[in-house]
Amino acid sequence: MSKGEVVLLYFWVSPFAMRAKIALEEKGVEYEAREEDLLGTKSELLLSSNPIYKKVPVLLHNGKAVCESSIVVSYIDEAWPSPPLLPSCPYERSQARFWADFIDKKVFEGGNSIWRSKGEAQEVAIKEFIETLKLLEGVLGEKDFFGGDSFGFVDIIAIPLASWFYAYEQFGSFKVEEECPKFSAWMKRCMERETVAKVIPDLTKVYEFVCMMRKMYGFE
Amino acid sequence: MAESIVLLGWWSSPFATRVRIALAEKGIKYECEEEDLKNKSSLLLKMNPVHKKIPVLIHNGKPICESLIIVQYIDEVWKDKSPLLPSDPYQRAQARFWADFVDKKIFHCGRKIILTKGEEQEAAKKELIECLKMLEGELGDKPYFGGENLGFIDVALLPYYSWFYAYEICGNFSIEADCPKLVAWGKRCMEKESVSNSLQEEHKVYDFISQLKNRFVIE
Repeated sequence: MSKGEVVLLYFWVSPFAMRAKIALEEKGVEYEAREEDLLGTKSELLLSSNPIYKKVPVLLHNGKAVCESSIVVSYIDEAWPSPPLLPSCPYERSQARFWADFIDKKVFEGGNSIWRSKGEAQEVAIKEFIETLKLLEGVLGEKDFFGGDSFGFVDIIAIPLASWFYAYEQFGSFKVEEECPKFSAWMKRCMERETVAKVIPDLTKVYEFVCMMRKMYGFE
Repeated sequence: MAESIVLLGWWSSPFATRVRIALAEKGIKYECEEEDLKNKSSLLLKMNPVHKKIPVLIHNGKPICESLIIVQYIDEVWKDKSPLLPSDPYQRAQARFWADFVDKKIFHCGRKIILTKGEEQEAAKKELIECLKMLEGELGDKPYFGGENLGFIDVALLPYYSWFYAYEICGNFSIEADCPKLVAWGKRCMEKESVSNSLQEEHKVYDFISQLKNRFVIE
């Protein structure tokens, strides 16, 4: 199902770009994925379509640019309404947005603090990261997905971040499965979806990328 | 149908002010509970256990947190009056983008102008003006960011308009000199009752900030 020309500027390891891809896949939208070389030179198209942040993802729909991953996912949901990613009830929608925002504020930064630190500071980072995941386990409850029976907005916001968890586990010597089994089960359930499996990169490659970033930023 | 609408807020919070403006635009009657942020109420802690922050909107006993999420909720529930977000998906995405930009940039620049000196303050002033100029670009020739009426971006940015005076005094500069269009926009918005009744008075804001600064300096 396509409605005009859709181009997505992405970088293979960016969990933010993965969100946009998964949303497009869920909606069955045909799109052209153009990889940006974020370690090299950013393309003219990226710089002109996202002049303020110069970041991926950028969704170009008939030439018009949408930036910031959560906003891109909301846009995709509204431009291609079926199947809906957000619930129809305003209160449930506000709760979904709240948890997506919470995940945005806490998970990536929290996880990255693990490979950016050592010793006691790292132990604190791991503890806080696990507390965040446990809180999310409480939100998930007995549901299959954050969206309830269906994979939805919050699941799309969260699952790409989980592709970096293997790297965090390696650096922090802990396992999400042992600490947060429910969250781990949710991750597996998401990864079984074709739309997600298609988009999430090889976890070992993500780990290698993080190793390289660690060296580059002098965290070794 | 009896409805219960309660806003947990704090007078000088720009985030709570956003919610006040949205409720006023929609003509919604509500109860306002002023929190003492040094001694948070058990209601606040119960309704926002995750962040323990204001604003919290409690609608028929159910809490909604985070100011822009609350504003969107208000817009969706009371959708028949004064829509704040456009109906077109692309325009909605743009409105959300710029409201998010305000969230990412204005508060932090402003805070630095108030709390720092010398080079750090100069850099913050420069960044604030750059950000406000970008917002002027988005405003263009429209009376409001929402077009002929107040919209989502207006609601997100307006609370900071009453902080401009404080930024100017602390940073010894004039925002109007560099961003006349934006200041004109602020004055235009103030002519609306929903805004003038909701925004804090700028001298009160400055007094509050002076006290804050003194506390920081002493500490």
